Amino acid sequence: MSILLVLIPLSLALVIFAGWGFFWAVNAGQFDDLESPGWDALRDEPPTDERPGDG
Amino acid sequence: MSVCFHCGEPLRGSTLTARIEQRDQPVCCSGCQAVAELIAGTGLGDFYRYRDGSSVRPSESSQHDKWRVYADPQFAAQFTLTSERQTSVTLLIEGLRCSACSWLIDHSLRRRASVLDVSVNAATGRASVIWDSTQLNLAEIMRTIAQLGYVPHPVTDETVTRALREERRDSLKRLAVAGFGMMQVMMFAVAVYSAELAHEIMEPRLLSYFRTVSLLVATPVMFYAGAPILLSAWNSLRSRSIGMDVPVSIALLLAYGASVWNTFRGAGGEVYFDSVTMFIFFLTLGRFVQMSVRQHTAGVTDALARQLPAIAHRIGSDGIEDVPVTSLALDDVIQVRRGEVLPADGQLLDADAHIDEAMLTGESLPVHRKVGQRVVAGTINVGGPVSIAVTALGTDTALSHIVALMHRAQTYKPALARNADSAAARFLGYVLMGAGLTCAAWLAIDPSQAFAATLAVLVVACPCAFAIAMPAALASATARLGRHGILLTDPDALESLAKVDHIVFDKTGTLTRGELQIARCVSLAGLTEQRCLYIAALLEQASEHPMARAFAPHLEQATVEDMQTIAGRGVQGRIDGRLYRIGTPDFVAELRSEQQAFQQRLGHDTSRGAIDGSPVESMGSVIMLGDEHRALAWFELTDSLRPAAASAVSQLRSLNVEPQILSGDGHEAVQAVARQCGITGHFARYSAKQKLSHVLGLQKAGKRVAVIGDGVNDAPVLGAADVSIAMGRGAALAHASAGIVLVSDNLAALPDAVLLARRTLRIAKQNLLWAAIYNLGSIPLAALGFIPPWLAALGMSLSSVAVMLNSTRLLPRATRRTAAPSVVTSANLRETPA
Repeated sequence: MSILLVLIPLSLALVIFAGWGFFWAVNAGQFDDLESPGWDALRDEPPTDERPGDG
Repeated sequence: MSVCFHCGEPLRGSTLTARIEQRDQPVCCSGCQAVAELIAGTGLGDFYRYRDGSSVRPSESSQHDKWRVYADPQFAAQFTLTSERQTSVTLLIEGLRCSACSWLIDHSLRRRASVLDVSVNAATGRASVIWDSTQLNLAEIMRTIAQLGYVPHPVTDETVTRALREERRDSLKRLAVAGFGMMQVMMFAVAVYSAELAHEIMEPRLLSYFRTVSLLVATPVMFYAGAPILLSAWNSLRSRSIGMDVPVSIALLLAYGASVWNTFRGAGGEVYFDSVTMFIFFLTLGRFVQMSVRQHTAGVTDALARQLPAIAHRIGSDGIEDVPVTSLALDDVIQVRRGEVLPADGQLLDADAHIDEAMLTGESLPVHRKVGQRVVAGTINVGGPVSIAVTALGTDTALSHIVALMHRAQTYKPALARNADSAAARFLGYVLMGAGLTCAAWLAIDPSQAFAATLAVLVVACPCAFAIAMPAALASATARLGRHGILLTDPDALESLAKVDHIVFDKTGTLTRGELQIARCVSLAGLTEQRCLYIAALLEQASEHPMARAFAPHLEQATVEDMQTIAGRGVQGRIDGRLYRIGTPDFVAELRSEQQAFQQRLGHDTSRGAIDGSPVESMGSVIMLGDEHRALAWFELTDSLRPAAASAVSQLRSLNVEPQILSGDGHEAVQAVARQCGITGHFARYSAKQKLSHVLGLQKAGKRVAVIGDGVNDAPVLGAADVSIAMGRGAALAHASAGIVLVSDNLAALPDAVLLARRTLRIAKQNLLWAAIYNLGSIPLAALGFIPPWLAALGMSLSSVAVMLNSTRLLPRATRRTAAPSVVTSANLRETPA
């Protein structure tokens, strides 16, 4: 059972790390908009300015 | 398929097309054409593939360059934040409906080299832009967005936006801490419980190790994630009232305190860290969902409240200049152009005006105001340009006073939530008493059992399931309603809506579209209908009357001479050398008699026109076209019903909800609408006061009344109603007092909402019943010592889970996120008469 003395603090450390990561992501605005960025990937090609005006 | 490719409205005879992705698509007006071609021409045509529904039709007024004043750095400074060379602004974007819209705005802004960063949030309808202030100004940014057909509004207070964002981030973090913490603590709890179930004795050292770790994890959950709950309980105690958070906090503190005590005391006694963290997690989750909904609602209301213009056209000694409304002074003379919102109260100086006062009075047709009369801020000038001497500004305007009154009225609204809170508080009182009795009894019988039994009673009776019974059902229902385009701004509204048996429509803007259309054209003198419409459209082109707009689609290029508009009566003009009149039948008939009497009655006409000025009567729905010899045709103009009005009414009736119309409009108009939707109870020419007393009368007779409105004059009626519902595009102020907002303008959502409200109430009742049975049934058992505390904790958690699961039945089924709105749109199109 003494392995628990190592594993449990380790799991706590992982939780703290995950929590820190989540806090960082929230503060960096990753969760401010969960919808719009998903649509960027649907675009076929990057926007180009040379595209003819009247299609 | 005769709908506009861009805005989805009926084409109404337009033959314009826009070339998009190598195909010609029909559009309804030159505004839509310009926007569609701009979007396609700049390579952003993908927008049309990904959008969820139609776009907003660009309004006429947006074509005028009103963005110029934002180029003034001093004026712009009140909306922007500047650091070094970077300037940032948050804009509320009207017409931002789906993610594709935000994608479009994002990409067209990024094309400008000096724009450094853009983020457009479809959920809140806001865009924040950062740009190089040495290269670009705010006016350019706003113009770019306006060119796409959206209307940007600067968010006056950047700090408010930040506060909202901080609130959202903050609660996300608390939710994460509660979630992580709950999982960790649960992990240890399961180990301990399974040992107990297997009747194995856990090594005391290991047990206390588990408990210490649980304590370490539960403490941040308790005091960081749970802080808002504890604080709000503290605040409500300080204000000498008992909120829902008070019993919850007491339970939390007792359970946490006992657990900490037992952890340090050693092997004896139970710990409840698992229950504490789980409880906090569920509460935080509920709060988070409710906050998201509220912020979304606030964004919508905010956008509409910004309908008051930021700019006025001041007439100075050296011509007209555009100035911010805030810099106007009393007695300044300002010009208000056609279609613009009056920025201040004032006195008409030089010309009669037609003012759309729907926002104040709910009257659908414009009111004729004569020189010298007062006009008020927030109303719309639908006539020609007028000059106004400013008499009241800002908080002194009539509009502000109404808003202030409304806010006061709102505080009188009885909060149904208080009942639940006081019930919970009473319940907790009994629980505390029961716990005290248990403790005393056990101390007398067997002191060693006393603490465990007392705690078991406290834990098992913790009104956890009871506390989340309503919020859980409510949160699920709110999510479901959101998909239907219904926003719940007041949680009480759903409960009341479920019990409603009368729905009162304010006709204006609720059952009808508020746009006149030609219903019938009857030719009297052998001319083709086309010819009649052609002449009528030519005559009406100069008129600013809303009736004239109905003829706009038939307008062609030709010259009209000797145009004359006689207020309240009609228009006269010469086409191809012949004199025509269009307007009220006697006005047209007079032209024939005047030919003989050499028209000396024109002066008389104007005075009569002024007497007839009350638009409801004289702007009847029939107008006539004639020339010097005979009547040529008559036209019947009607305000068309919203597509789903009739079916919504019949569905409501099948739900045993009686629809009624209370309207300020004339008898015939109201009757026509009532007949078309099949409503028997209709009341015309009602003032705001009469509407109020009607609703109060119904309530006195024991009826539960929902009121649907969109004008400010509805505010007292909306306030008095059991449930108030506002239509999304209506005047801003109705929203402030409405408990429910129909964002999609789709009346079909109304019966759905009633149905869903009833289901929600049913499920909430099931939840409450279950929680009550569990709590009441288990307390005696716990008091008698049959339930060990660990089983109590498990039971408490399971009962909460059962309540949550029951509530998820209200959630929308796993459909694609965008499916619901597009289904609604296509249903609309089918019902629209082509």
